[in-house]
Amino acid sequence: MAEVFFFLAAIGALAGALGTVLLRNPFFSVLALVGHLISLAALFLLLRAEFVAAAQVIVYAGAVMVLYVFVVAYIGVGEEPLRGATGSTLRWASVLFAGVLLIELCIAFLGTGLTILGEEGRGYFNGFGSPAQMGRLFLTDFLLAFEAASLLLLIAAVGAVILARRRTGLEAARELSVADLMRDPQYKGTLTEAERGTMLEAGGPPHR
Amino acid sequence: MSIEWYLVVSALVFCIGLGGILTRRNPLVILLCLELMLNAANLALVAFARANGNQEGQIFALIVMVVAACEVAVGLGLIVAIYRRRLPIDVDELRELQG
Repeated sequence: MAEVFFFLAAIGALAGALGTVLLRNPFFSVLALVGHLISLAALFLLLRAEFVAAAQVIVYAGAVMVLYVFVVAYIGVGEEPLRGATGSTLRWASVLFAGVLLIELCIAFLGTGLTILGEEGRGYFNGFGSPAQMGRLFLTDFLLAFEAASLLLLIAAVGAVILARRRTGLEAARELSVADLMRDPQYKGTLTEAERGTMLEAGGPPHR
Repeated sequence: MSIEWYLVVSALVFCIGLGGILTRRNPLVILLCLELMLNAANLALVAFARANGNQEGQIFALIVMVVAACEVAVGLGLIVAIYRRRLPIDVDELRELQG
């Protein structure tokens, strides 16, 4: 039964990954990635990583992907044109590079002497990967990593706000220098000036 | 299922993500492909954690998810800033920082 679930989830994960890369429309790419993440969560469940699977679905497929969808909706879905500076030779070279890396990884897996890889996994106990175990590890052995992660999230949130903020407010402000105050005024404020037109015009040129 | 199968899936997803990063030109899709690569690494980490019967690999995977979330926040902020400046959303056109 586990084999059936594994192959279903693996096919889903690979199809999602291929869809993310190959689909032209960024919106469909995001949706393919959501499918990929949910399939990956199923694989995590098969590996007895309950809490990681739950966090994957809630945080990744939920929150992070919503962020992506918002940005895609904001900048609009432009179909990527096929032409461009990177021609087909560079494209094929990159595909070749990825293929070579895959071959190298497979050689590394097959060439290791680790007998542990051929097994189902050992040392499984009741409660393995449960939220309680994760929380205990985070607050005892990995407290430093936990605190560093919280600091990193804070920095990233502040950085994102600073990067994406609206800058028009700064440009509108006009700078006044001392020279503006010292130079001869264009209007002296006499009655003859006022008679030339309406009171609004006598007030000087409209400042923006 | 033996652990090797999970590692093969992880390697495939990683290479698909790498090919996407090298071929696509939309920075948003490049970020998505980066997510693919990080998730492939996560799958390998969780698989090794299961192989050794040790939960520390799962902790590592959770920290990787935190880092990925930070990277998404900053990357999407950059894309929104690029869009606000009316620059083309294409990594081939944005070559001012190229050496």
